[in-house]
Amino acid sequence: MLGSLLSGLSIGSVLLLVALGLMVIYGTMGVINMAHGDLVMLGAYVTVFSQRLLHVPFLLCLPLAFVFTGSLGWLIERLIVRRLYSRLLDTLLATWGIGIILQQVIRLTFGPELQNVSVPVFLTGETRVGGIGMPSYRLAVFLVSVALLLGVVAILHRTDLGMRLRAVSQNPQISACHGIDVNQVRAWTFALGAGLAGAAGVMVSGFNAVRPTMGSSYVVDSFIVVVVGGVSSLAGTVASAALLGGVNSVMAWLTNDVLAKAVLLLLAIAVIRFFPKGLFSAQAR
Amino acid sequence: MKRRTFIQTMATSAALTSVVGCSRGAAPGSSADGGETMKVGVLFSLTGGLEIVEKSMHDSTLMAIEEINAAGGVLGKQLVPVVEDGASDPRVFAEKARKLLISDKVATVFGCYTGASVKAVLPIFTQHKGLLYYPTYAQGNECPSHAIYTGAVPNQQVTNFIDWTMKNLNAKRFFLVGSNYVFPREMAKVAKIFLQENGGEFVADEYLPLDHTQWGPLVSKIKELKPDSIFSNVVGASTVAFYREFKNQGLTPEAIPICSTVTSEVETQAVGPEFVAGHYSSFPYFQSVDTPANKTWVANVKDKFGANTVTHHAMECSYWQVHIFKQAAEKAGELDPELMRKASLGLEYDAPGGLVRIDPDNGNAWLTPRIGQCQADGQYKIVDEYAGPVKPLPYVAYGETEQNLYCTTSGLDTTKFNPQEQQS
Repeated sequence: MLGSLLSGLSIGSVLLLVALGLMVIYGTMGVINMAHGDLVMLGAYVTVFSQRLLHVPFLLCLPLAFVFTGSLGWLIERLIVRRLYSRLLDTLLATWGIGIILQQVIRLTFGPELQNVSVPVFLTGETRVGGIGMPSYRLAVFLVSVALLLGVVAILHRTDLGMRLRAVSQNPQISACHGIDVNQVRAWTFALGAGLAGAAGVMVSGFNAVRPTMGSSYVVDSFIVVVVGGVSSLAGTVASAALLGGVNSVMAWLTNDVLAKAVLLLLAIAVIRFFPKGLFSAQAR
Repeated sequence: MKRRTFIQTMATSAALTSVVGCSRGAAPGSSADGGETMKVGVLFSLTGGLEIVEKSMHDSTLMAIEEINAAGGVLGKQLVPVVEDGASDPRVFAEKARKLLISDKVATVFGCYTGASVKAVLPIFTQHKGLLYYPTYAQGNECPSHAIYTGAVPNQQVTNFIDWTMKNLNAKRFFLVGSNYVFPREMAKVAKIFLQENGGEFVADEYLPLDHTQWGPLVSKIKELKPDSIFSNVVGASTVAFYREFKNQGLTPEAIPICSTVTSEVETQAVGPEFVAGHYSSFPYFQSVDTPANKTWVANVKDKFGANTVTHHAMECSYWQVHIFKQAAEKAGELDPELMRKASLGLEYDAPGGLVRIDPDNGNAWLTPRIGQCQADGQYKIVDEYAGPVKPLPYVAYGETEQNLYCTTSGLDTTKFNPQEQQS
């Protein structure tokens, strides 16, 4: 039982890791980034590329992928998303198209086959924490997602950019009247969300198959997390990732994984039925 | 309001996703019949989740066709491959098989990887009296009248494996795990029957979806139950997550070896050899088979597709079955698929992995069972090998023996075995 709670924690931390970037972009800009999963995929390929050609150690790939996908996100906002604000369906279609382009570019450069990422030895096997064995890699995933979460909280609440960002998300017109460059703030937000997706991709590449289509399952998972948690709430995202991870793991331990997945989806439906705005919603005004 | 639009748009996007179907155009064929060319269908997934394995089978099929063309073709005709993409979806396979048979009128089709895709196309081949060469190891329990199966059946892959594991690894208690579709479930069923007959037992059997990546809870369960060995039929990309989680939770091949019927050289390369080293797989062919014929073939493959390419069982079968087809067409003397199937029976070929023969009764292949242990470089050291090829018995789990055949040229003898009664 304790073991399954721990593995629930690790499933939850993966969910949090991939949902964080999506939440930043959707929660503050109202743009559903369908390319999110493919940015995660791109982060994984950055790891493959930097390991194979630049011989960069695994953990150093984190900042590399963050910067790479972040810059790409900045470009995407500048070139495409910017022209489509307040046209939800169009942004959806455009970002989805970007996702397909990214997938095909990767397929043409790296080929369709599975890639493998080598993980440093100290991240394989188990680490003993207070008498309980934890897979080291899962522990690393957990620590990285907590660190990224704290990073996002710090950016939102402790920096100038974060303050502008929150202002823009509440009311772009009035923020503009107060001299905030709304376009610039949005570009940086999109870059931040994309960068987080890239960093998630690095961690995911360590335990999962790296291939061009790997993003699609992550985009679904992270949407469920964001919807259950409440679309614009950071605390909600954390809580729903923990809840869904825990339920998944305990159900899988009690019965089997297929049933666990079904229970998870039922739970998501129930939450949406009774809390239409998610578990933690921002106060209505 | 925000939430409602969110959910609406999600529904729209889901609908959009399902519309996407990829199709790749057929290679242009010249004169249809009687000219200097002969059309053959090549049907593997070139897109979707299974392209990883099927692309290599596609490549080696085309390689064999090129070789045959360079040597003068079949019956003096150059083979023209009509390439179709099954897109990892059995429904697309069925549609493309119909197209190949009806509008391209191909002499034969080389193709299919998963049991699900074969089950989808077989009725079409029977209906249109076509011929399918199917190069993948299968679960048995099939007796097709319009196909030749060149991959292993359970008595060439499972019987010997369980027997060897029980004797040499001292395993009594097995944990069965697989992907959730027909092949792994049927393989597990076969394994359970053998275990019972040989005094072994299974402590659990679990099936996970094909693209499953969260192996944490299942591996914890393995840790709790402490089986002597794991019999794995895990397919596709989730193999990667499985072996990685296994090692990450501190389990070793010395304590609990994974015995797989699916993890070949190509999957090992994707998982990373450091995670697979020490575990076992059972196939009639490994890249490490030490014969001059295999060394030449492996060198040719690397030459053609790059030095990092590995060869594996299904890829080898994809290659040599084209040469069997050439012999069959020349023996039949004409391009009637039913006559060619009849002509295929009993043919022999010196394949990279050793001599193979198409069984005169059931149209499966005589192959040499082998068991390999993964090494640090991702290659398999052969730890057990039969002296020669073994007769295929697709119904071995249900009591079929060489003296008492269930599947013969006249079809399945339902007085001996009735699949309808076996549904469980």
